[in-house]
Amino acid sequence: MSKILSPGTKAPEFELNVTADQTLSLSELLGNPLIIAFYPADWSPVCSDQMVLYNEIISEFRKYKANLVGISVDSYWCHAAFAKHSHLHFPLLADFEPKGRVAKQFGAYRDKSGTCERALFVIDKNGIIAWSYLSPVGENPGADGILEALEELQKKEARV
Amino acid sequence: MTTLKAAVNGDDHIQGTEKALVTLVEYGDYECPHCGRAYYIIKKLQNHFGAQLRFVFRNFPLTQIHSYAEPAAETAEFASEHNKFWEMHDLIYENQEDLNETLLLELAERLKIPAKQLPEIWEQKKYAPKIKKDFMSGVRSGVNGTPTFFINGIRYDGPASFEDLVMAIEAIEANIG
Repeated sequence: MSKILSPGTKAPEFELNVTADQTLSLSELLGNPLIIAFYPADWSPVCSDQMVLYNEIISEFRKYKANLVGISVDSYWCHAAFAKHSHLHFPLLADFEPKGRVAKQFGAYRDKSGTCERALFVIDKNGIIAWSYLSPVGENPGADGILEALEELQKKEARV
Repeated sequence: MTTLKAAVNGDDHIQGTEKALVTLVEYGDYECPHCGRAYYIIKKLQNHFGAQLRFVFRNFPLTQIHSYAEPAAETAEFASEHNKFWEMHDLIYENQEDLNETLLLELAERLKIPAKQLPEIWEQKKYAPKIKKDFMSGVRSGVNGTPTFFINGIRYDGPASFEDLVMAIEAIEANIG
């Protein structure tokens, strides 16, 4: 398994396509907590799909003012079709060319399959990784860990 | 090990008694085809284990991919107010392939509960607090798709087949016994 970036590390800057003519960069996403979910592929079986689950609870993430992005090596056309089909309300970023570059920087690339790992990162508003989790690739990690991390972050910021 | 964060309580839909050795909790979606298959497997498990098994159903509707999951959950909660939760739950799963609003109205009529009130209930999402509470207790407990099962409070990650669930339940019984 990969060694993903651990808490306390500064998240590497990136800029990836969301659509053919629109990109998102890490710095644009910061200012509030950010959840990054690296995942192997669009179109996994739907009732147990990680992105579908996150989409369903996006309002819970927003309670912590957190933004959410999904990242896989699929192209933005593939992302667009998947997002439309599953009615996703958050951006999917295409780590497509050069393939997996951002995933590799986060330590979340799986050479063997040529896809992203299932890896989660909660990043604070300043770009420092507050929590990270590498899931077995066949297992949807759910959202409990993300919510706990966001809660912790909120408590920590209240103390500052 | 992923565990159930909200213990079985008085707000739950429960079949069986507290004396049962094993409690199986399902987080389910009425439109999810895997839950549809699991419905028949749970019936078989209940026959197999009898009073040793207590079954609890909690709502986990994936509303963005299943248009009727939420109205179905609202309908079952409405039926619950008329003490017909399990009848409605069963009928929805048994007719899952035809699930839509017309079917839900027909099922309500069949169970002699006031079907006329349903459109307003769906519109107002009358039972949303209860459904959301179920849903969030699932999210907090690591529910990662539907159906997700917990056996005596521990998430079951194995295949949702009759044989595998029997083995998992027997293993827990053996530990208790």
